[in-house]
Amino acid sequence: MTTLTINGESRSIKASPDTPLLYVLRDELALNAAKYGCGLGQCGACTVIVDGKAIFSCITPVMLLEGRTITTLEGLGSPDAPGPMQRAFLAEQAAQCGYCIPGMIMRAQALLNRDPHATDESIKGELQPHLCRCGTHMRILRAIRRAAEEMKLKTADARTRR
Amino acid sequence: MTHAVSRRGVLAGAGALIIAFRLSGAHAQTETGTGGKPSKHGLPGSLDDTPRIDAWIRIDASGAATILTGKAELGQGLKTALLQVAAEELKLPLARLSLITADTARTPNEGYTAASHSMQDSGTAIRHAAAQAREILRDEAARRLGVPATSLQIRNGEVFGPNRMRLGYGELVRDQMLTVDAQQTSHLTSPADFVVMNQPVPRIDIPAKVTGGAAYVQDLRPEGMLHGRVVRPPSYGATLRDCDVAQVEQMGGIVKVVRDGNFLGVLADREWTAIQGMRTLAATTTWIEQQALPDSADLPAALMKLPSHDTTIHDTGNPGEPGILVEGTFSRPYLTHGSIGPSCAIAQFGDGKLTVWTHTQGVFFLRDAIAGMLRMPAENVRCIHAEGSGCYGHNGADDAAADAAMLALAMPGRPVRVQLMREQEHAWDPFGPGMVVKLRATVGGDGAIADWRHEVWSQSHMMRPGPPGALIAARLKADAFPPAPPVALAQPEGGGDRNAIPLYEIPNSKVVSHFLPDMPLRGSSMRSLGGYLNVLSIESVLDELAARSGQDPVTFRLRHIEDPRAREVIETAASRFGWAGRVKRSESTGFGFGFARYKNLEAWCAVAVEIEVPRQSGVVRVRRIVAAVDTGQVVNPDGIRNQIEGGILQSMSWTLFERVTFDRTRVTSVDWSAYPIMRFDSVPESVEVRLIDRPGDAFYGVAEAAQGPAGAAIANAIRDATGVRMYELPFTAARIKRAVAVRSEG
Amino acid sequence: MKLRSVLLALLVIGAIGGTAALLYAWEAPIPSIDSRSAGAPDRAKARRGASLALLGDCATCHTAPGGLPYAGGLAMPTPFGTIYSTNITPDPETGIGRWSEAAFIRALRSGVDREGRHLYPAFPYDHFTRVSDDDAKAMYAFFMSIDPVRSSAPPNELPFPLNVRLTLAGWKLMFLRQVRFVADSSKDEKWNRGKYLVDGLGHCGACHSPRNLLGAEKASASFEGGEAEGWRAYALGRRSQSPVPWDEAALTDYLARGSHPQHGTAQGPMANVVDNLSLVDSTDVSAMAHYLASLGKGEGRKDVETAPSGPGRLPQAAGIQAATPSIPSDSGGAIYAAVCASCHEGDRALPLGGVRLGLSTAIGGETPANLVNLVVRGIPASTGGSAHPIMPGFGDVLGDRQISDLANYLRTQFAGKSQWDGIGKAVADARVTGELDSATKSKRFGEGP
Ligand code: FES
Ligand code: FES
Repeated sequence: MTTLTINGESRSIKASPDTPLLYVLRDELALNAAKYGCGLGQCGACTVIVDGKAIFSCITPVMLLEGRTITTLEGLGSPDAPGPMQRAFLAEQAAQCGYCIPGMIMRAQALLNRDPHATDESIKGELQPHLCRCGTHMRILRAIRRAAEEMKLKTADARTRR
Repeated sequence: MTHAVSRRGVLAGAGALIIAFRLSGAHAQTETGTGGKPSKHGLPGSLDDTPRIDAWIRIDASGAATILTGKAELGQGLKTALLQVAAEELKLPLARLSLITADTARTPNEGYTAASHSMQDSGTAIRHAAAQAREILRDEAARRLGVPATSLQIRNGEVFGPNRMRLGYGELVRDQMLTVDAQQTSHLTSPADFVVMNQPVPRIDIPAKVTGGAAYVQDLRPEGMLHGRVVRPPSYGATLRDCDVAQVEQMGGIVKVVRDGNFLGVLADREWTAIQGMRTLAATTTWIEQQALPDSADLPAALMKLPSHDTTIHDTGNPGEPGILVEGTFSRPYLTHGSIGPSCAIAQFGDGKLTVWTHTQGVFFLRDAIAGMLRMPAENVRCIHAEGSGCYGHNGADDAAADAAMLALAMPGRPVRVQLMREQEHAWDPFGPGMVVKLRATVGGDGAIADWRHEVWSQSHMMRPGPPGALIAARLKADAFPPAPPVALAQPEGGGDRNAIPLYEIPNSKVVSHFLPDMPLRGSSMRSLGGYLNVLSIESVLDELAARSGQDPVTFRLRHIEDPRAREVIETAASRFGWAGRVKRSESTGFGFGFARYKNLEAWCAVAVEIEVPRQSGVVRVRRIVAAVDTGQVVNPDGIRNQIEGGILQSMSWTLFERVTFDRTRVTSVDWSAYPIMRFDSVPESVEVRLIDRPGDAFYGVAEAAQGPAGAAIANAIRDATGVRMYELPFTAARIKRAVAVRSEG
Repeated sequence: MKLRSVLLALLVIGAIGGTAALLYAWEAPIPSIDSRSAGAPDRAKARRGASLALLGDCATCHTAPGGLPYAGGLAMPTPFGTIYSTNITPDPETGIGRWSEAAFIRALRSGVDREGRHLYPAFPYDHFTRVSDDDAKAMYAFFMSIDPVRSSAPPNELPFPLNVRLTLAGWKLMFLRQVRFVADSSKDEKWNRGKYLVDGLGHCGACHSPRNLLGAEKASASFEGGEAEGWRAYALGRRSQSPVPWDEAALTDYLARGSHPQHGTAQGPMANVVDNLSLVDSTDVSAMAHYLASLGKGEGRKDVETAPSGPGRLPQAAGIQAATPSIPSDSGGAIYAAVCASCHEGDRALPLGGVRLGLSTAIGGETPANLVNLVVRGIPASTGGSAHPIMPGFGDVLGDRQISDLANYLRTQFAGKSQWDGIGKAVADARVTGELDSATKSKRFGEGP
């Protein structure tokens, strides 16, 4: 039995230790956001954040994750209370079929957490492991830029109020 | 203000409203599967097949409305657009509408959600049905209040009369009230009065998609669900020699192994266990394979050698006029749909009835195909659409549904979810067919095109289910069904010859379609069908003719086209782009232009691009793209922009990178390393989409309008930057570099 | 090239270098020319030069990520600061447009630019001295024929005294030998051509030979293995540790195609080399392979399975991954089984499939650097959309300890050798170079030409 911390909650997992996190999230915990796209680390659809880093859940067995902090798209907000990155994707209507979007959001979130001043070039570079077949790239980039601006404003705001 | 609009089209109350709907000019079989017959009732859009108003609109006692459509959400924003149309005509707030999409047990049969037909079929039907439902409710209010209908106003689902009299839809509606056939005439809302149409309403499906809601068939988890996986043969026509079912059945968590002829599947409680079972089963299975594929190194030549059915689809004047001659043989390889989410379906069998949740584009056709495959009466099979990852045509959706059905039959009572593995989606995709276009044209001494001859070779672009043999599982099971017979979609919509007839005014021209009934690789519908290569070829030759005769490409196009709407998109794209004043930033800069009217029947689209292609690397970097689109009456401008942007980027990816590879036996491009598509390093710096406003006009299909023009504009820009004309897709860096080197030697 | 040592050496020399060296060090500028006045380019000559530029791997250093070929600007991070490669397109202001043929040849073979400044030996002029006059002229013709690009490299970020180029003269005095290539008449033409390319333009020894404390190649230990940008450049010839000994056919295949079923795919800096070689005349590549094969063979291992992967072997069923084997109790073995096995036992053919690990020199080789780099960074998808193997990196998933365990498991299990020495340091190094690499990449990434 493995214990995982997912979106702030501690969950006991029955799955065998070699089971990739993706299937545990979807199958055992009924979390929808991480998606199966390739199972090979080639597309990014399954991306979640572990200890601040964006990783492919499709190739990460749960046995490596004991005691580590896992965040999925569900942990960033809900349909009723979307988080800043999700709000930015909504504002830009940055989805067509949307299947690639959860992974994109997670990697962008990890990047901005690490570097709120990420440049357009570094955003593009960071998203290189991710595929979108619908051609939503321009909107995805706009959404991330918008989220970055908002997060910056918020920090600036917090600073002036202090 | 409303306006009576008759079938024949034109009626102008106060000059505002022009055309309500249009007759499809196409009576041959179309990609949606519903054409091919003359109009039955003389009713607009899909009302003609399903005239009853309550088949489309139901209003309950609370005054809320449920809209039904036989079309499906494929990530194109259909749900939102249809609700906008219904809300506008019903005069109900969007929040009080809900929508049921394609479901064989509940919704009208509108064939396939394909070929950019949804707004013109379903949107038109719902708009008219909603307008008529509103009138019925208003008349009922007039009757109850004892006042003339013309004295009543409708707002927010309530009918207001004189002296503060008001009645809500919920109070007015009675059983059977909408159980009437639609009239030929509807009073449609004038564009001047639009509240929700022509507005960038946020899509209703996006919130769940960006927050992890249950947005896809992949996310459904009915009680008691089992996970299924299939083992696909390694190549077309392979037959199973031997496999070790027992070894897999002994694995913990495996519920069942199913073998039926060459069909193999496993069922397990957990998804990961099912995958492990599938891999173990695959490793123990041996197959007999044949070398049946052509030499991929020279696919164009192989295609042109196949037996063909030839049809002259266009013949005017006397081709053979002399002049400056341009000729070329253009080709595209097989392309894969490449959905990011491999296809998935859930099926449940019990009491002789089968229910399938699927992201197919055609629930009714799939129902028939599955029923046929399982030798069940069609009424015992129900297919319900649930969203999947974008499909861009006929991908593995139907095959996954058939796989789920096969496995569900083996486990009555339990819902069975099957998702294809990445390599299965890639290897067994009904690819967008490989094609060849040979074009030969001349420009005369007066600078006008004198002569044009276009030939196109292609297999069928329409191998969707209906016939069971279109489904992989049906071909594999012991009582197998043969592959479905190839269908040649006819003009005017066309299949491989879609958009092959030039829209330009050319006195002498001939267009021949070589339909190839033999199919080296499995192929079917993929966005824009033959339109992509035909437009790319036509626009390339046009560009070449302009260059050889010393004319500006945009001016040259305008010189040959009279259609004012075509002219307007060309002029709009050119002026927004700054075409006339364009200046190369460096020696590797190239500018390119492309135009087409999708299917020669639907939306008009022009695209201008600026790229950089250093000759020493051949790598194309797209800087700027400007597109102009005329899609008639706009329902959701942001939705259309989203579609056009997506179409442009996808077309860039096809044009620059994509190619299905195969050896003599197997498809070898089975993942994203072997079949690269566009990644973020190649996205353009900017994409701008201008919509031409056409208030009161009909809906023209737009979803696939950008594919041809975008590819063409890039091809022309490569020529402009490097001096080389590329013919064989994809235009990879290596090929461009080679072509440049060859040219500089010559 | 092992920049770190080179720069360390410069520091030493810079400190001891006195004014006496100045006399030796001074080089005269060569007058500028107006490239526009040059006659029509000799196409055949330029084409030959293009191929030579590929053999010399020029674009690899003289191109920034996402930038135009030969326009320079590649950042080369060092512990002392960053140096940037220069623009060698014929732009008169920012490139070599004002350089005469003589100036170009002096730079190529003596490491002195047109103005007379010494160039850092990151530019391997110690090999290029062997380039023939004819070849040097053809290369000049090629560079003058490409599109000029206006692009200035950022100034080097080096502290004093490394930023004083005269100190370089000291290094040259000690290590630069001006030797032209002389054919060995006892050997055949192919061998001589191969040696000329390998030792000269190809500058293979720059990476594949060890360097002394002052950063110069050890002449006595040619091809005994060296280092490049944090990767091990394996020993060639008799000291090769490859599980299957390299023969001429395998070398030819590998150099031309970037992979070989019994050896795996080229990674790290070697990936650029094979990309370039895939475009040159195949007779040159086979000459190089012919010469390299003449350096002798390693011993190899008797017990490795050498049958090629792919169709005809394991799962015929269009699967590309194998089921996970049962999970052993030791940490390294468990990670292998759960993380690596499905692809590496999937038997999909190279180059897109996972190499069979028993055949991997990264596991059987001299140092763990390459293995650890691969585990940490993986093999990223190609930029520019060509078919290319992709391996996810596991640096963010696996901790240092886990990577060490895995590397040691692979070493004992697949190479039959004892655990790695200094594996902890290798992991730390891999993380540092990985970070640096991705930092420079993303800095320039996506910028237009
Ligand atoms: S599903 Fe994990 S990277 Fe594609
Ligand atoms: S939005 Fe469909 S794949 Fe990205």
